[in-house]
Amino acid sequence: MNTQTLPQPKALLSKTQLPKAQLSKTLLPKTAPRAAFGKIVLNEARLAWRLPAGLIFGVAVPLVLVIIFGKIPGMHQPQPSLGGLTLFPVYVPIIICMAIAILGLISLPAALVSYRDQGILRRLSTTPVPPSWVLAGQLVINSCIAMTSLLVVIVVSITAFGLDVPKNPGALLLSIVLSIAALFAIGLSIAAAARSGIAARAIGAGLFYPLLFFAGMWLPRALMPGVLQGISNFTPLGASAQAMQDSMQGQFPPAEPLLVLAGYALVFAFIARRYFRWE
Amino acid sequence: MNTHAAVEIAHLRKAYGDVVAVDDVSFSVAEGEIFGILGPNGAGKTTTVECVMGLRSPDAGSIRVTGLDPGQDREDLHVIVGAQLQESALPPKLRVGEILDLYRSFYRDPADVGELVDALGLAGKRKDYYRSLSGGQRQRLSIALALIGRPKIAVLDEMTSGLDPQARRDTWDLVEGVRNRGVTILLVTHFMEEAERLCDRVALIDAGHVVALDSPAGLAARASGGTSVRFVPSAPFDDRLLSRLPEVRAVTRSGSHVIVTGTGELVNAVILTLAAAGVTAHEIQIDSSTLEDAFVKLTGRHLHEEGIPA
Repeated sequence: MNTQTLPQPKALLSKTQLPKAQLSKTLLPKTAPRAAFGKIVLNEARLAWRLPAGLIFGVAVPLVLVIIFGKIPGMHQPQPSLGGLTLFPVYVPIIICMAIAILGLISLPAALVSYRDQGILRRLSTTPVPPSWVLAGQLVINSCIAMTSLLVVIVVSITAFGLDVPKNPGALLLSIVLSIAALFAIGLSIAAAARSGIAARAIGAGLFYPLLFFAGMWLPRALMPGVLQGISNFTPLGASAQAMQDSMQGQFPPAEPLLVLAGYALVFAFIARRYFRWE
Repeated sequence: MNTHAAVEIAHLRKAYGDVVAVDDVSFSVAEGEIFGILGPNGAGKTTTVECVMGLRSPDAGSIRVTGLDPGQDREDLHVIVGAQLQESALPPKLRVGEILDLYRSFYRDPADVGELVDALGLAGKRKDYYRSLSGGQRQRLSIALALIGRPKIAVLDEMTSGLDPQARRDTWDLVEGVRNRGVTILLVTHFMEEAERLCDRVALIDAGHVVALDSPAGLAARASGGTSVRFVPSAPFDDRLLSRLPEVRAVTRSGSHVIVTGTGELVNAVILTLAAAGVTAHEIQIDSSTLEDAFVKLTGRHLHEEGIPA
């Protein structure tokens, strides 16, 4: 007999229905063929190709920006205010930040909320495959798009515009992985909080511009007044830009921005896990 | 082993906050049966099947689906029960063939896609995007997905709503074909005609209660037992003259008209009794209730007795 007498708030129904002990079973049910996950990823890839907003804003726009910035002569002149550095290498990580933020804050939550609104997740709840596999498929596809984007941006910057080969590629990779984790976790929380696709886009866009400001898009971090720079250090994209700039210039990035990114990833992953609704 | 009923529900109750969607529902579906859940919108039909599918947990009562508890055994349940639910869609930019291939991969022993699309008349549509399908084609695809895991039990919620009459009849033929292959079917509908045509037994649900549970023929018999006679009497008479007749259920007046409802040989009894009292019935109209009327009567009476849950 499955008896529950406590009334439950409707918004948390799908959440509260699953006892904690069932959590691992829910994510990896023994009845669902593992090959199904491959099919899910394949179909998410098809959808990403057929509805190419993520590819356009996550890959094409950053590439165009790199080309424009690379063509501006002023970008390659040493700036006394940056201690003799040129602006171009400062902007490459900022453009990568932008790509990750578009995918994490806008594409990912918009897709998940529309899947929830259309009942696609609900439909999956009646099959042996849990709807969380589609969420995982979305994470895989958007991560692939992000990695493609930043690979293209970095390779074009090096080959066409004379960017130095990153001196500490391991540190750069770590910075990138943590940046993706942090921004995608925030995106999942947006999907959990938003009641509609429009709300998800509004929240995503509302966060995107201020966070990009703190990454230094309109005023490089080195030129920010002390207070702004202090704030920037603790924003996800500020920390991300700082970690990437440092590792491209050969230093292992200081622990602080990496810890900030890891902190965002953990806190928002927890929030998303707690509040995400499947229908 | 046939020790379990396909679906067994006992005293199911489910409320959303203060709104009681299902108050007390019990029924049992035998293996190989087409069992209908019939009721008006908001009666609790969908909540009931959502509990059967393990999508919602009951507040009270028990559900067993071939002996499995949907709350505890969701994984095993979803292998043997295929569902077509309302408010569930598919990605608009996936092709029919891709969707079938995707859902096929969810099951260890799936049906043959070719056979399924032939049976559902979707064979020519495999390259079409989901968004380009008509309402009827989407419904048929949805039914195909409910059957693709070769389930023992199929739950079909309002499978023909939004379909034109021809598409509806085609879908009925299809469901009969599925049952003939040994699949138990739990059919949610608010179309009397659909229940009449397909179901072996029907549970009439209203305001979260089972109001009647019978074969469609049994329900029809209850309905056709209800007749009403409407006439203008030639002279005044006391209502009790008619209301004491065993055939008469009620006597009401509307202006100069008298309306007598009842069962059996109502018309003869009324006219003979009036004639014996020296009253002639003019402008006689006789209405025999349809199944639809029986449904309204059954649920209507229930609403008045129990009140509508707040």
